[in-house]
Amino acid sequence: MNSPDISVRNLWKVFGPGGEKIPKDPELSSLGSAELLERTGCNAAVRDMNFDVAKGEVFVVMGLSGSGKSTLIRCLTRLIEPTSGRVLVDGKDVLEAGTGELRELRRRKMSMVFQHFGLLPHRTVLDNVSYGLQIRGTAKNERYARSREIIDLVGLKGYEQHFPDQLSGGMQQRVGLGRALAGDPDTILFDEPFSALDPLIRRDMQAEVIRLHKEMGKTMVFVTHDLSEALKLGDRILIMRNGEMVQCGTGDDLVGSPADKYIADFVSEVPRADVLTLKWITDPVALGTPGDAPVLSAGMIIRDAIPTVMNSSCPVLVEDSGKITGQIDRDSILSVIRSTEVAA
Amino acid sequence: MSTLVRDRAPVQTGLVSVRPPRKRLSRRTLLLGGAGVVWLVGFLFLHGTSTLTLPASELTDLHRSLNQFNAWVASNRADNPVFQYVFTPFRSAVDSVANLFASTFAASSTGLRLPEIGWLGTVGLLSWIAFAVGNARVGLLTAAAFTFFGLQGLFTEAAYTFALVLTAVLFSLLIGIPLGVLSGISGRVSQVITPVLDFMQILPTFVYLAPLALIFLIGPASAVIATVIYAVPPLIRLTAHGIRNIPENTREASDSLGTTGLQRLLTLQLPLARRTIVMGINQSTMAALSMVTIAALIAAPGLGQVVVRALQSLDVGTAVNAGLSIVLLAIVLDRVTTAASRRAEPGAARKRRISRRSRYILLAVSLVVVLVMVQLSRTMLWAAAFPKNLNFGPDIVSGVGAASEWLQTNLSLFTVSFREALTNGILNPFQSLLTETPFYLLVAVVLVAAYALGGWKLALVTASCLAAIIYLGLWSDAMVTLASTLVATAVVMVLGIIFGVAMGRSNKVDQIMRPMLDAGQTMPAFVYLVPFLGLFGATRFTAIVAGIIYAAPVAIKITADGIAAISPTVMEAAVSSGSTPWQVITKVQLPMARKSLALAANQGLIYVLAMVVVGALVGAGGLGYDVVAGFVQSSLFGKGLAAGLAIVFLGILLDRMTQAAAADPVRKIRSARSSAH
Repeated sequence: MNSPDISVRNLWKVFGPGGEKIPKDPELSSLGSAELLERTGCNAAVRDMNFDVAKGEVFVVMGLSGSGKSTLIRCLTRLIEPTSGRVLVDGKDVLEAGTGELRELRRRKMSMVFQHFGLLPHRTVLDNVSYGLQIRGTAKNERYARSREIIDLVGLKGYEQHFPDQLSGGMQQRVGLGRALAGDPDTILFDEPFSALDPLIRRDMQAEVIRLHKEMGKTMVFVTHDLSEALKLGDRILIMRNGEMVQCGTGDDLVGSPADKYIADFVSEVPRADVLTLKWITDPVALGTPGDAPVLSAGMIIRDAIPTVMNSSCPVLVEDSGKITGQIDRDSILSVIRSTEVAA
Repeated sequence: MSTLVRDRAPVQTGLVSVRPPRKRLSRRTLLLGGAGVVWLVGFLFLHGTSTLTLPASELTDLHRSLNQFNAWVASNRADNPVFQYVFTPFRSAVDSVANLFASTFAASSTGLRLPEIGWLGTVGLLSWIAFAVGNARVGLLTAAAFTFFGLQGLFTEAAYTFALVLTAVLFSLLIGIPLGVLSGISGRVSQVITPVLDFMQILPTFVYLAPLALIFLIGPASAVIATVIYAVPPLIRLTAHGIRNIPENTREASDSLGTTGLQRLLTLQLPLARRTIVMGINQSTMAALSMVTIAALIAAPGLGQVVVRALQSLDVGTAVNAGLSIVLLAIVLDRVTTAASRRAEPGAARKRRISRRSRYILLAVSLVVVLVMVQLSRTMLWAAAFPKNLNFGPDIVSGVGAASEWLQTNLSLFTVSFREALTNGILNPFQSLLTETPFYLLVAVVLVAAYALGGWKLALVTASCLAAIIYLGLWSDAMVTLASTLVATAVVMVLGIIFGVAMGRSNKVDQIMRPMLDAGQTMPAFVYLVPFLGLFGATRFTAIVAGIIYAAPVAIKITADGIAAISPTVMEAAVSSGSTPWQVITKVQLPMARKSLALAANQGLIYVLAMVVVGALVGAGGLGYDVVAGFVQSSLFGKGLAAGLAIVFLGILLDRMTQAAAADPVRKIRSARSSAH
């Protein structure tokens, strides 16, 4: 991972009259949501949020509805004005940017894909995709040429002259994706982009995002309420509840060592063998294990290790950056699979 | 408001008696009931005293000083700087635009010679414009209608009316669209503009004619200004609405791409609001036509004058002939602007049957034909003035006149007895209840009712309105108008509930009724008087029936929309628990549509009030009569002006009272909830 692309520090968003006083007040800021609402009539949608997003990373913000995740992502480009804190993009604080700077940021650095697409109904697919380029003043020929490439990239070739209401939901979101990509931003923000789509189309679109990420390597901040989507896409996942960060880490961190009961509940139905790596089930090397036993990497997903372990007559050794850290055997793998089935 | 008072009381007690063990009557019910009892008892013992009656020809000091003001304006018009540098130049600017259109389509500015473009050119040009902004069908409709005006012998009059409507709409666009856009973008502008628009909408059309005529003289300029005042509010409202109601997610998406305010307006808000704005132009045009005809009272030329003259001489045939022209013109203007708004719909381009290119070719070819027609009409007499031997106007007039007389003589058994029964049975007793109660008693009763409905604030507003009416010296006339208005509104509400419920419950009924109601709403107010004049003769009753017919479509539509908006789940729940249709209507639909019903009553009142005043032209008395008399006799000018103001205060009073009655249940629910916490 490189230097952070986006750094969020002590970010607060409080809705309601007099909300700007709450982050500074140590007594009020420590209150729970219900108490805060009772005492001040304010609602803290984002509380004291801190995290970094690395360049090229897919960073997922996950939480149930009302947890503040959509507010958080809008605070990054100030579509919702944050109450206090800092959002550093390339080392500059977005909250201190003037109107012009902010506009430049939105035009060139960060673009966004929305849950309900937000397409302009009076424009064709081509004009929708080139909208952002038109806004920043790109000449017509150039922006159409660029947009056609993007339309190709998101798989809408042949639909350039269609209007949004002639397209299916999945195709409309491809237009939204194309519009975000057309400006060639460093970062793309996704606000529950696939929640409004059918499950099958959602899977296609997730694959599409993974493909685009591989091809273009953009930084992505992805908001979702769907855990399997988060695990599938996210390099790291931040889980929010009531505006606060509960845990932030890789998928197998969350499943392997949930920070509290809330997260444990959340991840209890995840097929652990599909997410956890060998490091979570490694035992110390036993005395009887032969030195020439097969060796597997600690970063390997458990399910992928099954054939090797099952075919080996003895326990299998686990190595992490060249050092043997321990061993696993059939029992340890079976216990992972069994625990998932019990939970299910 | 007294019908409201009396309507409310049984509803309240009904609710109370249903509730489990004898809960005490609410304070409001007690106040309203008590006020009603005091009123009736007071009427029994004191009726006929302190009624503040003012005979038709008598004036108060206030009226006389207004007359003097009129005289002062007349003598100082030439040298007063305000007139010299503000009003007069403004008037001549408006006049010159109006004259430009009038001399193009109707007649030269002296009114004696032929217009720039004769009838053939006018028909061709207007049809071509209709084709260009709308479609071929409305183009043909325009051609047919304008030719028909010629056959009616009313081509010049219709062209005058059209020219005035065009001028007024042009000015409305000039004022309305920028204001609407501003108010759509800025919350602060909208906060300032909205109450002004609300106020403009409760002003009955009649009212601003006299003051305008005082400042801008009678004639086209005053007519256009009055029309713009009446026609611009819907345009501002709809434009602002269109701009403001861009879907939140689209707006957010455009913001996330870094649009500036101007870019947002040009690429997002205006294109998406286009349809709504054109709908605003449609409403504005219809309002303009309605007002231009009424402005005949201050000497606006055109069809309105024919109707006014015919109404004054009770010539039903001529009135119907000219009324028919107005209706036709209304249909043409409505269809053309509606077609234009369809064309403005996003994505309309791809649904067209012919390609853009062949449409342009067709437009160019027809334009050449039209130009030939225009040239012909400028050189050939037969194409300039509509041929006299094709004038069927007199035949229509005499035919309709005969038919109306036949109806009046042969149906008199029915119409007269119906009229007399209602007049003697309901209207007269109610009117005498209002006019013969001592004024102080009635004021007290109204104030108690206002306090019960809306607290001290409403009582204060009501008191000021009543005090103003008394000060204007027109208490008794105001009560006459009030009686007619309330009786008509009661009927409107009955119609509104019956048809509204039927429409709200059945799609089929809705589909049949809605076009009729839409058509009813596009008719200018004047036209309603004509057929009822033929049936019922010139009486107060005719004015009331016209008011009912004028106001019913609004009330029915609002009620129907309210009923139809009730969530289907609630209806399913009610039906699945075994309610009969009657139970569903009375226990679920009407209570849930309560807000809509109150709004329907409010709008119904405003519409009826406007029409009852116009009804003075066919024999309604009261304030409307004073206003009309003020136009005709200069010695009554002051009284007419005062009557106009009294109508305004009456309108504000009725509007505020009904709104308070409508707002109340919500407050109740909220307080019940908070006490439950």
